[in-house]
Amino acid sequence: MNLEFTPEEQAFREEVRTFIAENYPKHLADFGMREDMEREDFLAWHKILGQKGWSVPAWPVEYGGTGWTPTQRYIWSEENARVNALMPLPFGVSMVGPVIYTFGNEEQKARHLPGIRSGEVWWCQGYSEPGAGSDLASLKTTAVRDGDHYVINGQKTWTTLAQHADWGFFLCRTDPTAKAQEGISFILVDMKTPGVEVKPIKLLDGGYEVNETWLTDVRVPVENLVGQENKGWTYAKFLLAHERSGIAGVARSKRGVEKLREIATHETLDGAPLIKDFDFAKKVSQLEIDLAALEITELRTLAGEQAGKGPGPESSILKIKGTEIQQRLTELTLEAVGTYSAPYMGGVSNDNGSNEHPVGPDYAQHAAATYFNMRKTSIYGGSNEIQRNIITKMILGL
Amino acid sequence: MDFNFTEEQGMVRDGLSRLVREQYGFEDRRKAIASSEGWRPEVWAQLAELGILGMPFSEADGGFGGGAVDAMIIMEEFGKGLVIEPFLPTVVCAGGFLKHGGTAAQKEEHIGAIVSGSAVFAFAYAEPKGRYDYADLETTAKKDGAGYVLNGHKAVVIGAPWASHLVVTARTGGERRDRSGVSVFVLAKDTPGVTTRDYVTVDGRRASEVYFENVSVGAEALIGAEGEGLALIELVTDEAIAALCAEACGAMKVAHAMTVEYSRQRKQFGVPIGSFQVLQHRMVDMYTAYEQAVSLTYLATLRLGSDERTRKLAVSAAKVGVGQSARLIGQEAVQIHGGNGVTDEYAIGHYFKRLTIFDSEFGNVDHHLKRHVALS
Repeated sequence: MNLEFTPEEQAFREEVRTFIAENYPKHLADFGMREDMEREDFLAWHKILGQKGWSVPAWPVEYGGTGWTPTQRYIWSEENARVNALMPLPFGVSMVGPVIYTFGNEEQKARHLPGIRSGEVWWCQGYSEPGAGSDLASLKTTAVRDGDHYVINGQKTWTTLAQHADWGFFLCRTDPTAKAQEGISFILVDMKTPGVEVKPIKLLDGGYEVNETWLTDVRVPVENLVGQENKGWTYAKFLLAHERSGIAGVARSKRGVEKLREIATHETLDGAPLIKDFDFAKKVSQLEIDLAALEITELRTLAGEQAGKGPGPESSILKIKGTEIQQRLTELTLEAVGTYSAPYMGGVSNDNGSNEHPVGPDYAQHAAATYFNMRKTSIYGGSNEIQRNIITKMILGL
Repeated sequence: MDFNFTEEQGMVRDGLSRLVREQYGFEDRRKAIASSEGWRPEVWAQLAELGILGMPFSEADGGFGGGAVDAMIIMEEFGKGLVIEPFLPTVVCAGGFLKHGGTAAQKEEHIGAIVSGSAVFAFAYAEPKGRYDYADLETTAKKDGAGYVLNGHKAVVIGAPWASHLVVTARTGGERRDRSGVSVFVLAKDTPGVTTRDYVTVDGRRASEVYFENVSVGAEALIGAEGEGLALIELVTDEAIAALCAEACGAMKVAHAMTVEYSRQRKQFGVPIGSFQVLQHRMVDMYTAYEQAVSLTYLATLRLGSDERTRKLAVSAAKVGVGQSARLIGQEAVQIHGGNGVTDEYAIGHYFKRLTIFDSEFGNVDHHLKRHVALS
């Protein structure tokens, strides 16, 4: 056993670091989640990576993957986190892409995979419904076969960044008489199809990240069905396990703790740097310790993958601990900035070209918004309670 | 990066696992604890025979060329069976001092005896008022000709009733709590002036209060340089902490498995209690805590050879994280076992007791969180 990177891995890290330094768009440096983000901002880095052949590192090589080992992929994410890079969105790369190359037919692979790799096509996920969140299988959106089309009716919600999406993948009920899990199909929908309507939902942080998506008599050609009709639940579960494996966010949280320490050296308490206050420093150390445990747990999971084990129920641990840590990190950052956590600038900040100077120190600008925003992490991707149910069943066998 | 065990390590683990399973059942352990001897010298002899006692020593020193990972594997298996034999004080602690600070003559004299099982050591470092500060010593070693004279009182010296030898920390100079002036000595327990008050610990081991009254030792008793023992003590106790964490992981794994199994069998309101989501999620949190503890134990073990700061950060992180997991898993295991969890008859309570005392060995959660903060 050892924790050291091999000379080849060190060299790989250097290569990656140089590539990022030379190619990452300057105007997106240290981006933060901003309300003025445009579609092209989100896609800029993705497109550069697509040209380099690095946009879908985890895919099989035959579909454009890099062939990197799990360790190399880990190094890759660490190096991106170092500059807080805006990474390719997961909807195409980590969600629908693997479903298409695993369960889709040749035509679907040829049609959809190139656009995901290049960053030309923006995907969104149509899973949740107002009445079907954690109990996803109770979804009601229907797809009724009509000749060589499906006619889709229903309402989806929490459709992340659907306002920019070209395509969506939707879970629809194709057999209303079957058991809840058995009558669901996985259907690809062109978001420009008549009858698709996207309505943004304003969130606590003031931003528009998610939407309600209404589908009214949306006619979709049957060739957009992935895999078999009524087998969509299988693909959905496969996708969720994939989604969870990147969700720990270790590299980004490590960078976040560094930033927190920086903030706490500028902030003062009783005339001394906040980080010298034992009560505060103790919370930061505890966070770092928990993060160290998570990091090694993720590396152990990666090593398992390297040995040929797919992302299994262990990824639920990464989801639970990873999101708890992300939430505590943003909570501590909020605590660290103190009274300047309060001003709401409604999008006013120097980085979007506003003339109005923000109130308080720069590092306080997004503290509250980020804290509010990160409450989503224990809810989305299968709530942490659902993750516990998964571990209960799959690992404890109860 | 590599989380695999070598083939040899796998064999050690399998062999030890078999020994613990077949010969260290809960009832065997209970009998041993209740006996006047309080341990099982025949198991110790078997461990020597299997090469376990020589595992972490280099071949040059008469061992089998293993290292910290081997100690981790061994301690984890011991933790699973709540093994009480003094591997940690003898092999990890005394062995560690000899390996890192011993002269050729000291190694010659003691390591072979450890490997063969003929010498058993206890590590006398704690004092009634020292808490977890290794430099807070009232025990003194005054220079006397070429040798030293020891006076003092050492607290809760684990395994001392079984020991033939002691490793003792004492102040040879400086003021109380100074970083300099601390020295380490090795001596036979029957050296004149050494007396003990022996007792049973709550987790079934044996320990002693050890008193030194004008105990004369020769120059050959000093390990390492006079007055510069603290760095050596910190290194060896960091190794001991990593090993202890592995032991705790073994105990946690079994405590958790027992709890899950119990929840499957035990019925309330007409159904197994394991079907209640509120209990399921608590057992998931126990499982998660266990996995995190294993990760931190790996981290500490694999960082023992790093620079001092990196090593201490990793070890303190492990002692904090494993300590918290041990507390959580111990308490929850008892709670889910209900009334049976607090009886002497059920094994689970004994895992709980071992996991409880773990926190007080070589610095508790608060102590190591402070050390982590100070190094950050």
